[in-house]
Amino acid sequence: MPSGPANRAGSASGEAARGAAQPPGARSPAAGPPAAGSPRAGAILEVRDLSVDYLAGSGAVTAVDRVSFHVDPGEFMGIVGESGCGKSTLLFGIARLLAPPAELSGGCVMFRGANMVGLTDKELAAVRWKDLSVVMQSAMNALNPVTSIRAQFRDAMRAHGVTSRHEIARRSAEVLQMVGIDPVHLDSYPHQLSGGMRQRSMIAMAMLFTPELVIMDEPTSALDVVAQRSLMVQIKELQRQYGFAVIFVTHDMSLISHFSDRLMVMYAGQVAEIGATRRVFESPLHPYSAGLMEAFPSIRGPRAELTGIPGSPPDLARPPQGCRFAPRCPKVMPRCTSEQPGLYRAGGTDVRCFLHEGGAGTAGAGNGGAGDSGGDGGGVAGADSGSRS
Amino acid sequence: MTGLSARRGRQADARSAAGAAGPAAPGTGALLRTEALTKHFKVGTALSRRTLHAADDVSMSIGERQIVALAGESGSGKSTIARLLTRIYKPTSGEIYFQGTPLSSIRSRADRLRYSGLVPMVFQDPFSSINPVFRISHGVLRALALHRPELSRRQRYAEAERVFGVVGLTPAAEVLQRYPHELSGGQRQRVGFAQALAMRPKLIVADEPVSMLDVSIRIGLLNLMARLRDQEGVSILYITHDIASARYVADRLIVMYAGHIAESGPVEEVLAGPRHPYTQLLLSAVPDPRAPLAVGAATDRGEPPKVIDPAPGCRFRWRCPLAIDRCHQVTPELRELLPAHHAACHVARAGAATKAFG
Repeated sequence: MPSGPANRAGSASGEAARGAAQPPGARSPAAGPPAAGSPRAGAILEVRDLSVDYLAGSGAVTAVDRVSFHVDPGEFMGIVGESGCGKSTLLFGIARLLAPPAELSGGCVMFRGANMVGLTDKELAAVRWKDLSVVMQSAMNALNPVTSIRAQFRDAMRAHGVTSRHEIARRSAEVLQMVGIDPVHLDSYPHQLSGGMRQRSMIAMAMLFTPELVIMDEPTSALDVVAQRSLMVQIKELQRQYGFAVIFVTHDMSLISHFSDRLMVMYAGQVAEIGATRRVFESPLHPYSAGLMEAFPSIRGPRAELTGIPGSPPDLARPPQGCRFAPRCPKVMPRCTSEQPGLYRAGGTDVRCFLHEGGAGTAGAGNGGAGDSGGDGGGVAGADSGSRS
Repeated sequence: MTGLSARRGRQADARSAAGAAGPAAPGTGALLRTEALTKHFKVGTALSRRTLHAADDVSMSIGERQIVALAGESGSGKSTIARLLTRIYKPTSGEIYFQGTPLSSIRSRADRLRYSGLVPMVFQDPFSSINPVFRISHGVLRALALHRPELSRRQRYAEAERVFGVVGLTPAAEVLQRYPHELSGGQRQRVGFAQALAMRPKLIVADEPVSMLDVSIRIGLLNLMARLRDQEGVSILYITHDIASARYVADRLIVMYAGHIAESGPVEEVLAGPRHPYTQLLLSAVPDPRAPLAVGAATDRGEPPKVIDPAPGCRFRWRCPLAIDRCHQVTPELRELLPAHHAACHVARAGAATKAFG
């Protein structure tokens, strides 16, 4: 693993570093095996054709199917999708937290130029918390119930070689203050904190080493709207100050709309659409994203009748032969049921839908290339394996 | 009249207590009405016995064919209200009137059964509220056998098929034969509504029925609730923390905070002109992708209080930017500021809304 701390000097000095947009990946020449082409310039994380299988008795279920995307330094990347669409599995795959029966079955995760997929446990331990931290969905279950917050912070710091008691106490108090909790709560046990405070202390813990990437798996879903809102504002504020990138997974489209820079919509283990958040919200291209936009009522504007999306997501053990959304799609065409669409580039977003096949060229750059593996029987599967820009 | 006493009863004598009050009490068109409903829980050990005020002085009413949304943060007492209305909890004080009959007058098992058939509950978690070892038909047929004993076996099955059709589980005959694990979350929640509907209810108490479902499926259930109101004439108490869905489906909105009702009124009116500062805070926190981002609004970091042995005064006062001296001393009562629009706030006025948040 290329040394972490060396190129992190700028990250703690606040947003000044942001504008410079230093590419950390480029400075780690000893990267893992570059699968195809060079890492995308400047991206802190690049996920390429990542697949995760769950090994079931009756055969493998592909929960994440050749997902590709990248995250730039300081970017807030939102991932939305329904339960079972593979969004949490994807995160676990990126953070290398998968446990059997889940298994990475293909692709690579380039984090700061190094392939996370090849790392040993020891090498991973050096990266975790320090350069990349994960905030789990349920802080109640992620925090150890029988030790104080202070002890849990201490564990994480000791594991990374911080031994000075004074330094540990100072930093623990500092991060807790950063998330708006009085440091007296360092001596509290998780059950003594409210749900919002627990979730905040998880985020504080993730901030101990000011990582470059924080992965969050639905951190607000157990909170009330008011607490949810204030936590989001806080995450955004911390991000502005310290310049880390965020991958934020949620099922709540309306929550993400105001906070993320780019948005990835997942459906049945695949990327359905990926693009700038405002753009996806204002003109969703994939019928599924469009359906999601129409699926939640608003507190303002006219009170219109909504329909949602009839039906339910496919069984991934037996995915539909063609487009996975075809059985629920209002715009389904004959070809959708037999051929798998690739990821096409249309007006700045990448979308997996035949309707946009003839867009401004097929996707190849950045997020694309998801359809270039054989074996899925799709006639167009190879069509979008264009060159990466 | 389809009240408690109108149901076919085997024990006429036992019925008399409930039936004595007759139809709705004069002057109230409400199907169900609560008066100063209060529920306290004892917490702590014998040495430090304290009282948690889960619901205090809750007076509300639900009309016929009406969806009333009860909204609030977790810990605000909304689920306590649901359990009081369905007689899972006994109130500490206060009274619930169903079609004018006080529930405290219900004595016999037959009357209790009749009431739970008229006011059934739909639970939050569709994955744990259906017994996984029986076919789907088990729950609904059992409910029918218990609550509508006049039906024959064949009629019960026909009725089960009918209600499954009403909630959109088709083909009903086939769905009834399945096991719970074969159904999706949305379908299971429809089973919950079908079971409630089989008992020919007047009021369905639905405690966060859609919060565990995916967004793309939620709307279908909200539409189902509206259809049950319009076509089956059922009233629904829709308990939720999602104001947007409350607006979508409900006729009236009740906002609770820390065991008290903060504000109540016609849903559009409350949302267009919230009077209580808490309602304003809640509305400003609701994410709305169709609106431009306004960071800075509602960066309130307060938390709802734990209502243990509370002192008098408004429970929102610690978070309220408008709090005056009176708020610290006197608990505000619900006042009618506009027709049918109530708020429990010393500062709120009938005229232009006093803005605290948003």
